[in-house]
Amino acid sequence: MSNPSQPFQPLSEAKTLSPVEPPPGIGGEGFFATTLDAAVGLARKGSMWPMIYATSCCGIEFMATAGAHYDIGRFGMERFSYSPRQADLLMVMGTVAKKLGPALREIYQQISEPRWVLAVGACASSGGIFDTYSVLQGIDRVIPVDVFVPGCPPRPEQILDGILRVHYLAKHESLRRRDSAEYKALLDHYGIE
Amino acid sequence: MAETTPASIKPAPGTSSKETAVSGTSPGGTPAPGAPPATEYLTLNLGPTHPATHGVFQNILKMDGEIVIDSEQTIGYIHRAFEKIAERRPFYQITTLTDRLNYCSSPLNNMGWHMTVEKLLDIEVPRRAKLLRVIIMELSRIADHLICDSIIGADTGALTGFMYVMEWRELIYEIFESVCGARLTTNIGRIGGFERNFTPETWKKLDTFLKDFPKAFEEFDSLLSRNRIFMDRTMGVGKISAERALAYGTTGPNLRATGVDYDVRVAHPYSAYEEFDFVIPVGVEGSSYDRFMVRQEEIRQSVSIIRQAVAKIGEENPEVFRAEVPDWVLPPKEAVYSSMEALIYHFKIVMGETRVPVRQVYHPIEAANGELGFYLFTDGGRTPSRLHMRRPGFIYYQAYPEMIRGSLLSDAVITLSSLNVIAGELDA
Amino acid sequence: MEETLLAELRRVLGDRILSHEADDVPTIVVDAPALYDVVDALYSDENLAFRFLTTLFGMHYPAEAGQGERLGLQVLLYNMRKGQRLRVTCSFPVETPELRSLTPIFPAANWMERESYDFFGIRFAGHPNLKRILNIETMTVFPMRKDFPLEDQSRDDKDDRMFGR
Repeated sequence: MSNPSQPFQPLSEAKTLSPVEPPPGIGGEGFFATTLDAAVGLARKGSMWPMIYATSCCGIEFMATAGAHYDIGRFGMERFSYSPRQADLLMVMGTVAKKLGPALREIYQQISEPRWVLAVGACASSGGIFDTYSVLQGIDRVIPVDVFVPGCPPRPEQILDGILRVHYLAKHESLRRRDSAEYKALLDHYGIE
Repeated sequence: MAETTPASIKPAPGTSSKETAVSGTSPGGTPAPGAPPATEYLTLNLGPTHPATHGVFQNILKMDGEIVIDSEQTIGYIHRAFEKIAERRPFYQITTLTDRLNYCSSPLNNMGWHMTVEKLLDIEVPRRAKLLRVIIMELSRIADHLICDSIIGADTGALTGFMYVMEWRELIYEIFESVCGARLTTNIGRIGGFERNFTPETWKKLDTFLKDFPKAFEEFDSLLSRNRIFMDRTMGVGKISAERALAYGTTGPNLRATGVDYDVRVAHPYSAYEEFDFVIPVGVEGSSYDRFMVRQEEIRQSVSIIRQAVAKIGEENPEVFRAEVPDWVLPPKEAVYSSMEALIYHFKIVMGETRVPVRQVYHPIEAANGELGFYLFTDGGRTPSRLHMRRPGFIYYQAYPEMIRGSLLSDAVITLSSLNVIAGELDA
Repeated sequence: MEETLLAELRRVLGDRILSHEADDVPTIVVDAPALYDVVDALYSDENLAFRFLTTLFGMHYPAEAGQGERLGLQVLLYNMRKGQRLRVTCSFPVETPELRSLTPIFPAANWMERESYDFFGIRFAGHPNLKRILNIETMTVFPMRKDFPLEDQSRDDKDDRMFGR
């Protein structure tokens, strides 16, 4: 990394570094020590496979996020899983009607642990501008949600912010969280086994 | 997700794929030697959560192996009760509902609604505002057709086109953003025109778009329209004849692909479209390839219309962007805090004190999917007493079972994406 | 209404036209039991040839002084060759919401009638598949009627003084 107090040195004048050569005084195979939580968290956040549950307008903004301009692939998320069995992150984008609620629950239950849920948009978070008899007033009425991204529709940068927060949760999650009593209580609250 | 197979497509006991009865077979038993085997149909549930359905609607297919025998649609998974909400919203608040009909081309829906209210109130929109509306509407049409065509490509496996095309949609979004502040659900325009004049930045972005887009679009077109694989996958797939399409109430590119040149911009011109010179592209046999090509050509025609509009706008007074309707458009905040009339108008608009004539008006526009009409019934109050939205997607999606009968499963998927069914328009 | 159109309608329909007006779309009011025959006549007549169904939707007229609660149906027809629109409308008491389905004439009416049934409870005799289309299929009430509330009733966080629901 460059040192801000030193003037910029063009590469040709810098010392040539070979990644294979160890710095002087260090020899043998390298190793680093960390906790299992941190290593697993790093792996989980770096290769999260999202399940795209796009229902309406937020889905189109998500398509823009996945496009080359905003590029969701930077965050390791370009491999979309359309099967919940192979997904880690359920991204619910758009209005969910009460008719769709059971389908959403079924999809959520098919995702194996560890799983995260991102509610994108005002409609998924709370029903949005549609306080009507037919719209589910927030998907957290049927499934547990980790991160809400408000907006109608949220800009791609906001969706990316929400994704980064999910990544933060995934990175710092304890390996024991999914077996904890608190998590079980959360699932019981929703009636999910 | 269907708990039970709908009775209409459950195979009747003892039937086989051949119309003749299978002799020598007991129901569920082994066939007699020499007799053809009894066939059991497969019920395949496509959706509501499915990558092939671009939106939440469910297709239950009854299949004989790979061939689709029949299908049934279930919609309503995103029913947001627009027509009921509209009975409680003053006219300028209903624009945000129309945004979310066909959300790939919100400005078209917004303009259609504004024009309906202007018809109700007999408001004459100045010519420059009409031309600005034409520019915004055609940009929105380009955006919608780009998505539809690139998704048809993506469904056949050609993902590059989709990525390529999103870049140009971003440019269109930037133009919308500089006019109204929002990218997708724009709530653009006001009753009588626009909320603000187009800035020099907007014109510069539009000029960049008009300069760079045609070349890039031809590049995208060259990926698919004469591509052997794409042609094999879409030609002759999902055919429908003009008579059947008309019987199903189809309008828009889907109808034009069957050969009928009905375009509301030409049949019932609005917003200065009668002054423009453009071609209505029509297809031949109503197949997915025809629908794709009609939309591609409509994009080129839209670019030509925008160029003509930019030329015509040069003749108009550049300060005009809205009709003088202080009764219906909120005055700028500085005026509200300093002038008495602006304060009174602000109060009247927000509180709904302005009387509205009791009328029943219908205004159709050529939206990206066809004839989008608003039937507005007023009773003198600040909200409509009934608003019916004639949504093209809802109406022509009924033709889908007929289009895919006898085709393969993958053809059914291509047909569905070539129809451009948007769930927001389906359910409202 | 334009004189020639009115004359043609009178020729084909005779006294089945209860009343007519022409703002904004030319409209004729007919009796609910006669709706199917009227639409059929408008379709079959070579001169009028209203062979495209633009849209079809229901209405609800709450009870007011002198008139009980009624439901209505609006049918918007279109002659594509001439560019002529026509609205045919009828109303009937809410206790007897029975009409004959237009699906034999216009296949497009299929989902439109289901939507009218879903929203208002208008039953269409002869419809191939009359069940709810947009709402949950087990719903028992008809939500677009004026007396049905718009908002989700299970929300307890909205202060009605602020939201004016």
